[in-house]
Amino acid sequence: MFKIVNREKMAQGTIVLNEIDAPRIARKAKPGQFVILQANEKGERIPLTMADVDSEKGTITIIYMIVGKSTRIFGNLQVGESYYAVIGPLGKATHIENRGKVVCVGGGTGIAVLHPITRGLKQAGNEVITILGSRNKDLLILEDKMAKVSDTLHICTDDGSRGHHGFVTDVLKDVLEKEDIGLVVAIGPVPMMKFVSMITRDKGIETLVSLNPIMVDGTGMCGGCRVSVGGETKFACVDGPEFDGHAVDYDELSKRLTAYQEDEKISMDACQAV
Amino acid sequence: MVEKKGKKEQAPRAKMPEQAPDVRNKNFLEVPLGLTPDMAKMEAERCLQCKKPACVEGCPVSVDIPGFIARIAQGDFDGAAVKLWERNALPAVCGRVCPQEIQCEGNCILGKKGDSVAIGYLERFAADHARENGTADLPVVAEKTGKKVAVIGSGPSGLTVAGDLIVKGHDVTIFEAFHQSGGVLVYGIPEFRLPKSIVASEVETLVTLGVNIETNSVVGATVTIDELFEEGYDAVYVGVGAGLPRFMNLPGENLIGVFSANEYLTRTNLMKAYRFPEYDTPVPRGRNVVVLGAGNVAMDAARTAMRLGAESVKVVYRRSRAEMPARAEELHHAEEEGIEFILLTNPVQFFGNDNGRLTGMECLKMELGEPDDSGRRRPIAVEGSEYTIPCDLVVVSVGAQPNPLLTNATPDISLNRWGNIVADTATGKTTKKGVWAGGDIVTGMATVILAMGAGRESADSIHDYLTLGW
Repeated sequence: MFKIVNREKMAQGTIVLNEIDAPRIARKAKPGQFVILQANEKGERIPLTMADVDSEKGTITIIYMIVGKSTRIFGNLQVGESYYAVIGPLGKATHIENRGKVVCVGGGTGIAVLHPITRGLKQAGNEVITILGSRNKDLLILEDKMAKVSDTLHICTDDGSRGHHGFVTDVLKDVLEKEDIGLVVAIGPVPMMKFVSMITRDKGIETLVSLNPIMVDGTGMCGGCRVSVGGETKFACVDGPEFDGHAVDYDELSKRLTAYQEDEKISMDACQAV
Repeated sequence: MVEKKGKKEQAPRAKMPEQAPDVRNKNFLEVPLGLTPDMAKMEAERCLQCKKPACVEGCPVSVDIPGFIARIAQGDFDGAAVKLWERNALPAVCGRVCPQEIQCEGNCILGKKGDSVAIGYLERFAADHARENGTADLPVVAEKTGKKVAVIGSGPSGLTVAGDLIVKGHDVTIFEAFHQSGGVLVYGIPEFRLPKSIVASEVETLVTLGVNIETNSVVGATVTIDELFEEGYDAVYVGVGAGLPRFMNLPGENLIGVFSANEYLTRTNLMKAYRFPEYDTPVPRGRNVVVLGAGNVAMDAARTAMRLGAESVKVVYRRSRAEMPARAEELHHAEEEGIEFILLTNPVQFFGNDNGRLTGMECLKMELGEPDDSGRRRPIAVEGSEYTIPCDLVVVSVGAQPNPLLTNATPDISLNRWGNIVADTATGKTTKKGVWAGGDIVTGMATVILAMGAGRESADSIHDYLTLGW
């Protein structure tokens, strides 16, 4: 059950890729959908949007940054070992159509989620301009794969060690000045999605973002993943995870993501003490 | 036995031994401790063995109540358990969570003048005795029919359907969305009211009888009902429960610290957050907790909050004590454990600090007006009565609505205007051929035993279909 068939370390070991045997999920999963994973019986249920799916092989791929106890346990699982539970595919798939020229903006592990969507947009006949950002050149992931599905690729690093020295939003502004863009897809840290959406809102360009709030069941049962979108409460698990970037209340989302900060520290300390 | 009856009528009803309130409100161990064999026999002897037992009429699954009680009175405890299993696959569960006072015990003839027979205590006793001693015989499984049934959801109705149909010789596979079986029995009802080892044991019995369980399977997402038919299933039973939590759409409801009862209880029960950090899932340990609503789920949430170390727990309800929908026993247990009831009070908005964390709740006082559609007096706000209750955790427990995940993926199953599945009340048949439904997804939020009753009727109908046709 849910055996890891391939494992790669990325970004100097801070990010891990797992290809997992999950035939039922792989048969149905579409770009933009997520799974919930649990490493062992005592573990947390962690939602991760799928980075890839191989329906013939019956596998799904997730890419995650090691940030707390649960992702650390995930990261320690080796090829041949199994996840205790993988549930999915959950959430709505990305609506992919030809919009002419599109911009795909990705940051951190958001690039992993962006990849299948970008590929879909490219296959649908869009001209794809991609802008990727990371703190430095060593933390950038999937550059080659993204290059293959993009017509133009821009790289930005906070420290200038690669590509543009600065934020993805700088490059986005330039692109939007010069090009007539039908759709922007932005997936990455909440502040990145917030600032991308601010820029595109001024220009009236439709913007899609993919959210990753705290969840338990992922099927609409708990309501822990509530986000305010256009003044209405939505459940990211069943109404999302993608939403109109111009309507999302990012400040509320950022705050809600801190709900268990203290517990996460206790958990991490307890596991490091062992 | 028979000649003793006249005298025994006067014997007092057995008193359930319980953990003391100031002890139990700090642990998650079960509150009632169970009757001893002697107590059970004495209580069983109070039963008049009525020729036309009204208690059985009050039971949604028509357990032969005088029959199993007579066996307890004779000291044949295993025989009592076998008698229970004839009609009820989950007696250890029902003995604990059924509202006996409005069902079997509510109909008991002894209750007219004095106290009814403690049928629930006796059911629990017989089931526990059989489980703990492992001596009672399992039901005999009929010859295999070669028919395959998919049961969606492993809550009380799904387990009942699975148990009934496996015994009748069909192949049964349960599809459960979570990683553990039991549905509301494991994610919703707390350990102190229904120990999870009991649910696990009931599920294990079904597995021993041959039921196959596929956990981590969200039907509607992982696989659809039509695909199950393509995979060779002959019939499908949908028992997926009430699903989606209701919120009140009040300002501030998305502050950190406002939870649905579903989330609060799932974290605590299914994910075992009460044992954090041994288990990885956390749950907020509120100091001053408010629970909105007054049903059984609200009482579970309030009593859980107390056990997680709250200094104060208030149940805030817009109507009066008489309208509180929770079982009398639950209200009584909650009050004993130090939970306050703030009645005729309705929340207006939630307040938070700069970090987005809950700090308080503004309320309005209410008074009761004319009866509404439900026949209960309608609460009306008292103007100018706003006041604030400081709190750092609010659990919203005002009901649930059907989860559309499965029904959206199955458009040929008809729904009513609330999104519940339309199913024949006698058979559980839906508008889609080969598909039955029962429990909360059909009725809206109800009880474990009503879901089991619906499961029993559907199982009979499915068996007819598999042997005779639609």
